[in-house]
Amino acid sequence: MQWQFSNDAPIYTQLIQQIKVGIVAGVFPPGERLPSVRDLATEAGVNPNTMQRALAELERDGLVYSQRTAGRFVTEDKTMIQNAKRSLAERHIKAFLEAMFRLGFQQEEVLALLEQEMKEEGNSNASA
Amino acid sequence: MPALECKELCKNYGRTTALDRLTFSIEPGRIVGLLGPNGSGKTTLIKLANGLLTPDAGYISVCGCAPGPQSRKDISYLPERTAIPIWMSAKQLLDFYGDFYEDFRRDAAEEMLAHLNISPSQRIKQMSKGTREKVQLIVVMSRAAKLYLLDEPIGGVDPATRDYILSTIISNYNPEAAVVISTHLIADVEKVLDEVLFINQGQLVLQAGVDEIREEKGMSVDALFREVFKC
Repeated sequence: MQWQFSNDAPIYTQLIQQIKVGIVAGVFPPGERLPSVRDLATEAGVNPNTMQRALAELERDGLVYSQRTAGRFVTEDKTMIQNAKRSLAERHIKAFLEAMFRLGFQQEEVLALLEQEMKEEGNSNASA
Repeated sequence: MPALECKELCKNYGRTTALDRLTFSIEPGRIVGLLGPNGSGKTTLIKLANGLLTPDAGYISVCGCAPGPQSRKDISYLPERTAIPIWMSAKQLLDFYGDFYEDFRRDAAEEMLAHLNISPSQRIKQMSKGTREKVQLIVVMSRAAKLYLLDEPIGGVDPATRDYILSTIISNYNPEAAVVISTHLIADVEKVLDEVLFINQGQLVLQAGVDEIREEKGMSVDALFREVFKC
């Protein structure tokens, strides 16, 4: 998994986001055991306590659960994962729209542009 | 019991004040960045903790003891300059460390040497400056100490090795031990740290968690440092 961090937000919230993406994208499949805190921290290059904090938060949200001795697992609840996917998508869309409005686009223009881009994307994918 | 504690710690070099009533404590299980501009007193503090200097006032304790034979067992120290016997080979250095320190994990040291492609039979004299630094860091991190004092551990090595060193610090993480890293390369170490101590002119400017700073100020520790110590 690729870990990337920006400078303006706490590291643990960025970890939460990226692990969520990992779960939604199937890098960490439902019901599977997560790597240990230390291994995840080493992989991401972050402080183990920070990783621990991120996982504890994900556990509170229910996306992961821990079993006393066996470690932490991704939830088997597919609806919950779908919801997480949806909320991640909403964040991206919100950020995108904000950027477009800042550039001075109107709603209809954004939609038209989006449709056009997606058509081109579809074409280039089909030809490739 | 704190891994490192200072109360009203003062140190002068002649008429120059190096540390001025410094008070703070570091708990076990924390990885702490000791940050400050050049000449702020970072190395003086580390030398005091090691008993290489004696305080002019106040006190400093390591795992509850004043610097002495016990604290030398508890501390694994990486000095700012390489201080290993250069006539030895890497293997001899491991023998040497094994004789000196009960807590030396030879297998860990051998694994790290192999990982960095350093031949155990090579003499330290024949190694480049960066490789010497790597070897010294390897023996320091291979001890199962209670307090690691690393004075500029990543200053002299290339960025790829820097990443390896930081991941070594993470993977050797032990909830019973504290790690203090003094450095200027804040952006590189920031993600690895729990908290930071900013010191300037021998005084404590700030002790705070990395995520606390990011949450409250909306900026990285590196950016905050540049703001606080703007020239």
